[in-house]
Amino acid sequence: MIAAVLSLTLLGAALGIILGIANKFLQVEGNPVVDELIAMMPGSNCGQCGFPGCSGAATAIVDGSAPPTCCPPGGKALAVAIAAKLGLAVDLSAIADDGPKIAVIAEELCIGCCRCSKVCPTDAILGAAKQIHNVFREACTGCSSCIEKCPTEALVMRPVPVTLQHWVMPKPLAA
Amino acid sequence: MGFMNRFKHFLGDQLLGNNWGVHPDDHKRPAADAPVRVMPVPARLYLPLQQHLGGAARPTVLVGQKVSKGELLAEATGMVSAPLHAPTSGTVVAVTEVTAPHPSGLSLPAIILEADGADEWCELTACADPFALTPADIGRRVAAAGVVGLGGAAFPSAVKLGGALRAEVTTLVINGGECEPYLSCDDRLMRDAAAGIVDGIRLMLHATGARVALVGIEDNKPEAIAAMQAAAAEFAAVQVRPVPARYPMGSEKQLIQVLTGIEVPADGRPADIGVIVHNVATALAVRAAVREGKPLISRLVTVNGNCVAAPGNVEVRIGTLAEEVIAFAGGLKGDGLGLARRIMGGPMMGMQIPHWRVPVVKGSSGILALDAAEVAAAEPDPCIRCGSCVKACPMGLLPLEMSARIRNEAYGEAIDYGLKDCIACGCCAYVCPSKIPLVQYFVHAKGELAAQDRAKLRGEATKKLALQRQERLDREAREKAEAAAKRKAEREAAAAAKAAAEAAASAAPAAAATVGEGV
Repeated sequence: MIAAVLSLTLLGAALGIILGIANKFLQVEGNPVVDELIAMMPGSNCGQCGFPGCSGAATAIVDGSAPPTCCPPGGKALAVAIAAKLGLAVDLSAIADDGPKIAVIAEELCIGCCRCSKVCPTDAILGAAKQIHNVFREACTGCSSCIEKCPTEALVMRPVPVTLQHWVMPKPLAA
Repeated sequence: MGFMNRFKHFLGDQLLGNNWGVHPDDHKRPAADAPVRVMPVPARLYLPLQQHLGGAARPTVLVGQKVSKGELLAEATGMVSAPLHAPTSGTVVAVTEVTAPHPSGLSLPAIILEADGADEWCELTACADPFALTPADIGRRVAAAGVVGLGGAAFPSAVKLGGALRAEVTTLVINGGECEPYLSCDDRLMRDAAAGIVDGIRLMLHATGARVALVGIEDNKPEAIAAMQAAAAEFAAVQVRPVPARYPMGSEKQLIQVLTGIEVPADGRPADIGVIVHNVATALAVRAAVREGKPLISRLVTVNGNCVAAPGNVEVRIGTLAEEVIAFAGGLKGDGLGLARRIMGGPMMGMQIPHWRVPVVKGSSGILALDAAEVAAAEPDPCIRCGSCVKACPMGLLPLEMSARIRNEAYGEAIDYGLKDCIACGCCAYVCPSKIPLVQYFVHAKGELAAQDRAKLRGEATKKLALQRQERLDREAREKAEAAAKRKAEREAAAAAKAAAEAAASAAPAAAATVGEGV
């Protein structure tokens, strides 16, 4: 009896010390979860979340100081993915996500001021001074940083048009 | 299907343990027995630029331009694509959008051609002895004629022939299975044009370097089997093989396994095991393209279904609206009263279309007007785990497990259960006693996974763009700083030089003064 208690106590103490040493010497620099979140995020550092770039937002989400819904370009899909990764409950009603959107320039209103193309985080806006600008659909992440820069309200966010190639058959209603 | 056939299938199924697939009522007759009717050219033809798998064709004509029959309207783009030709002579009136033969009801860019009634061919380059051509030349002629797989998938045939030549295939499987119920256009073609099909098959053998062609025809088409056997009798390389009638016998992987006994690997193509598959109608189109230089401008379409007044096969020009084909074929019973579903293609794998103003494209094998009795529209019940779908699945998958995963959006787990091997044949949904729309789940999941892949690629691309922009901004800032530093250095150097010069100047008069003083 005493032998068993002693041996288990000694074993526990020894393992505890080893763990303590391992914690001291093999400590991981930075939080790996933050890196995983950064990999999931859009990466355009648009700043709409109010943090300095995507890495700032990822750190804040892991800290708990920001909700997983704080990334507007990521939308519902990203919020759900982050919540699943961190095991958080997520209130999706907070984000009005009606599908991905992209910026569209109304050519008749554009005066070619170049203010929008300067702020675009992915260089998706093409245009030179006093020339009508245009948006590369494929490069636009829908961060809407450009919208408020436009002096003539020529920029608006529109839902990405559904084409035959991108159409997905709706999920059947559950039985 | 006769009693003996049923007995044979029963024996074969039970003895070989080979009981995939389903035996739906085939509804092929009386449409298959009615002679082919040739539809006159309609007033307008609506020609989508993408009637094939791969890149959409690029228009080469202008609005208002007059074209003759067979003239090129749009050229192929990229590696996998097919050109489009004028099905009749006339004037191009618009390049616009038309409703696609697709369940989404979305539109496709298309050329609208107004027929002039003359129906005059452009100059064709015929070839008297096509067997003297090199395989590559045959491939070029087939590509130029815009021939695509006419069984339904519409894969550009020349790409397949070229790939087969490179992969050094040994066996050409010709698909005359036509396992979809209701359809009989391939059956009719084999009865009426067996000699032409066999000639086309021999040309394809020449083009691919395959040694033998196995023509698989379901045994519910005895007339077609007899006609093809008679036509192929003098050619040892072309063997007609009746196969049991069972859906989906006409799926390429199943037909290959039944005819050659070899199974196509899960992530492979038939060419990996030395086989390619072409449809019988494609063989005839290849013959027309190689021998006569004729592009693919018309096809046989089965008009069928309980709502159709006179079911049968109609030869129509590509681009004819389904509405006009039905009107020509005798219209709908009671002006379409009781119509429950419009389908382009077969009832198992065809496309449900939103209205009849949809053009016939190269891959359209049928136009079906089904009534409520033919459409299963029951409310689904919960799964009772009877395993019927598992028995029916021709790919040996577990549809009930996959659909349960997909319902909970666990797409990754569905892939582990073999979602990527699903051919969307619909056997599972057909046999399900609870009427669960199993195949719809799989089609949805495949679309969803493709969308996720696209989003991922897009995300990576935009991330790269953001990084590049950051690099550019950093570089610009650095260059600006360097330029400023350089200017500052120059300014300082200039100032120092000036100061030195001034110092020298002030020193010189002083020196002169000293000298003067000294004098």
